[in-house]
Amino acid sequence: MPSELRRRTPEDLLREVQAEEAAVSWGRLKIFLGYASGVGKSYRMLDEARRRKARGEDVVVGGIQPAVPEDVEAILRNLEVIVPISTGDRPIIDLQALLRRHPSVCVIDGLAYDNPPGSRHATRWEDVRELLEAGISVITSVNIQYVAELREDVEAITGKHVTETVPVAFIKSADEIELVDAAPEEPLGPAPDEHPDAERRQQRLSKLRELTLVLAAEVVDQELTKYLESHGIEQHYGTQERLLVCITPRANIRAMIDTARIIADRFHGELIVTYVQQAQISVADQAALDEKLGIARAARAQIEILDGEDPIETILEFARSRHITQLFIGHSQRSGIGPRLWGDPVDKLIRGSQGMDVRIFPQ
Amino acid sequence: MSAEARGKLKIYMGYAAGVGKTYSMLEEAQELRERGVDVVVGYFEAHGRKDTIAKAEGLEIIPRKKIEYRGSTFEEMDTDVILARSPQVCAVDEFPHTNVPGSERGKRWEDVLVLLDAGIDALTTMNIQHLESLNDQVFEFTGIRVRETIPDWVVEQADEVVMVDLPPRALLNRLDRGVVYGREKAQRALQNFFRESTLVALRELALRQTAHEVEHRAGNEDAVARKDGGPPGQANARERILVLITPDPETAMLIRRARRVGDFVGAEPLAVAVRAPGGRNGSPEDHEAIERHLNFARNLRIETRIIEGDSVAETVVDFARSNKVTQIFLARPAERRWRIPLTRDPVQSIVALARDIQIVIVSPRAPAPAR
Repeated sequence: MPSELRRRTPEDLLREVQAEEAAVSWGRLKIFLGYASGVGKSYRMLDEARRRKARGEDVVVGGIQPAVPEDVEAILRNLEVIVPISTGDRPIIDLQALLRRHPSVCVIDGLAYDNPPGSRHATRWEDVRELLEAGISVITSVNIQYVAELREDVEAITGKHVTETVPVAFIKSADEIELVDAAPEEPLGPAPDEHPDAERRQQRLSKLRELTLVLAAEVVDQELTKYLESHGIEQHYGTQERLLVCITPRANIRAMIDTARIIADRFHGELIVTYVQQAQISVADQAALDEKLGIARAARAQIEILDGEDPIETILEFARSRHITQLFIGHSQRSGIGPRLWGDPVDKLIRGSQGMDVRIFPQ
Repeated sequence: MSAEARGKLKIYMGYAAGVGKTYSMLEEAQELRERGVDVVVGYFEAHGRKDTIAKAEGLEIIPRKKIEYRGSTFEEMDTDVILARSPQVCAVDEFPHTNVPGSERGKRWEDVLVLLDAGIDALTTMNIQHLESLNDQVFEFTGIRVRETIPDWVVEQADEVVMVDLPPRALLNRLDRGVVYGREKAQRALQNFFRESTLVALRELALRQTAHEVEHRAGNEDAVARKDGGPPGQANARERILVLITPDPETAMLIRRARRVGDFVGAEPLAVAVRAPGGRNGSPEDHEAIERHLNFARNLRIETRIIEGDSVAETVVDFARSNKVTQIFLARPAERRWRIPLTRDPVQSIVALARDIQIVIVSPRAPAPAR
C-alpha cells in the first residue's frame, strides 16, 4: 500500500477544514470509480445527469468518450452538450465555452486524459479543477489504472505502462465517490478453467477490482474520520484495522514486525511502529534501536517516536488518538513464572487498552 | 449426492436497504434471460419500489409458499417448487432472512445451499451488517445487535461477491423522497441504521469486505478443492489459533474475532474449553454457557475440544504446547475482574506461563459510553 493512501493526521484534517471553508463557493466533485473499461461508468454518470436534469438542475455535458454504447447515446440526445474541440490528436474540453455557459453541473468523462501541448492545462483533471473553482459542479469518471500513485501496482498487474494519470489526492478531494463494481461487458471468452489466457485475464481483473475497492474504502474512511471529528465524536468505529507495534531497543522485533505486516496487508490496514524515547540510552542501545527502526522501515511501517514520562500511558494515549485496533508488544522480559504483581508493563498495557486487541509476542 | 456440478453463487453486497441490491440482481437476471438462460425469481422483496417492480417484469416468479404460524399467514420462498422446476439460475433476495417457524429450514441461506447442491446457480443479496464476524464491530458504532447473521463460511461459498455502491447522501435523499420506505418506516429507519455516520461506516466495511472476498478468490489456487468441499482458502499450516472457551459472555465476541482474524491470515482456529476432572467444579449455568459457546463455535465451523485439568491456565498452555498452537486468543477480562487478586484470573496466568507463544487478548467492541 503506497504511503499516500495512509490515514491523515489531525493537522491534515485541520488544513482540509480550512480549505473547505475557503472553498464554499467551489463546485462539488463527484467521481465514478471503476476497475476496467466497459463496467458502465459512462452510463451511470449520464444516468445521474439525466436524473438531475429531471429534478430541475442546469446540467451540461462537457466531455464524453468519442464512441458510446447505444444506451448512453439515448441519454445524450436529451442533454445539452458543449462539444469538445477536436485537435489533431484528441479532443479537448471547451473550457472557455463551459465557463461562459456556467451550468450548475457539468459532466466530463475520462478524467485522466492529457491535453495536447499548448493547451491551457496539461491534463483534463486540471481543467476540471478550474471548473470547480469557478463554482461549477463536476460529475466525472476514472479508471483505477489511471491513478498516479497506483501506477506501479497496476503495471505489475497488467504489464502495461500508463502515461496519463490523475493524482490520488485529487480523487480523494472528491465530495462524493461512487464505485462501479459491475462485471466488464466484453465477452470473457471460454470459461476460465478451459482457457489459460482467460484465467489470467480474470486474475488481472480481480486484482484491479481489489485495488479499486480498497481505494474507495480509503476515501470513505477519510470521509468518516472527517465526519466524526467535525461532529466531536471521539469514539472510534474500527472500520479499518490499524496496527501499532511497540518496540524497545532490546526487544526481539523481527517476528512481531513480520506478523504485523502480514495482518496489515491482509486487512488492507495501516501499520505504525512506535518507540517511546528514554532519557538515558547507552550507545549500544541506540545502535540496537536504529537497527530495529531500519527493520520497521523496510516493512513499510510508519515510524512514530513518542515522548512521555510514563511510557505505557504515552503509548496508550497515542493508540487512542490514532484509533488503533491492534496493539503489538513483547512478552515481559522479567524472569519468573507465576502470578505477577501490579506494575508489570504488559499488565498495565492490557489494563489500559479497552477497545483494542493486544498481541503479546515471545521474546 | 447427484453427479451434477454444484451451482454457482453470486452475492450482491450492500450496506443498507435502498442502495440497489435487488435492482442489480434483477438486472442481471434480465440480462441472463435475454441471452437465453433459463432463469427464475425464487423470492424478491420489492418494498413497493417502482423501479424494482419494473425490473422484475417479464421474469418468471415462483409463487411463494404460505405458512401458518400463530394464526397468521407468512410467505416464504418455495424451495421444493424451485427444485422441481429446476431452472439454470434462480434469483433469491435477502440471503440472511430467517424463515418463519414451521418452515423446512431455519434460514434462507440454507435454502439457497440446497439449490446450489441441486446444481442450480443462485443470485442473492445481503447487507454487510449481517456478516457474523462483524457483529461486534457493527454493534460498536450502531448500538444495534444484529440478530439475523450469516456465518462467514456461507459467504465464502460464493463464487463472486459484487459491491452495490451508492454514496450515503444519495441514499438519504432517496429515503427522503420516499423511494426506499414509506414515510413512517423511513422515520424509524433514520433513528437506527440510517444515521449518516453509520451509513458511511457500514459502507466502508462493505467495501473492505468485498475487497477481501475478491482477493481471497483471486489468490485461491485450490478453487477446485473448495468446490469439492475441501477446506476454504489456503490454510497457513504454520499458524494455529487456540480460542479459550469460558462461560463469560465475552466468549461469543472472542470466537467471532478469532474466526475473522483466522480467515484473513489463513489460520484455522480451534476452540478449547477446560473442565475440572470428573466435572467437579462449575455451576450448571457455567456448564450450559460453555456448551452454548462451543455450539456457536461449531456453527462458525470451528473445531472444538474439551480438555480436563485443575488449573485452566496450566491445562491450556500445556495443551497449546503439545498441539503446536502458535497463537492463543483470550477475551479481555471484564473490568470488575481486574480488582480480584491476579492469581485468580486465568488470562494473566496464561500470559505469565506462555511466554513462548503469541497471545492475543481480545477486547469487546462495545459502544463507547456517552461522555
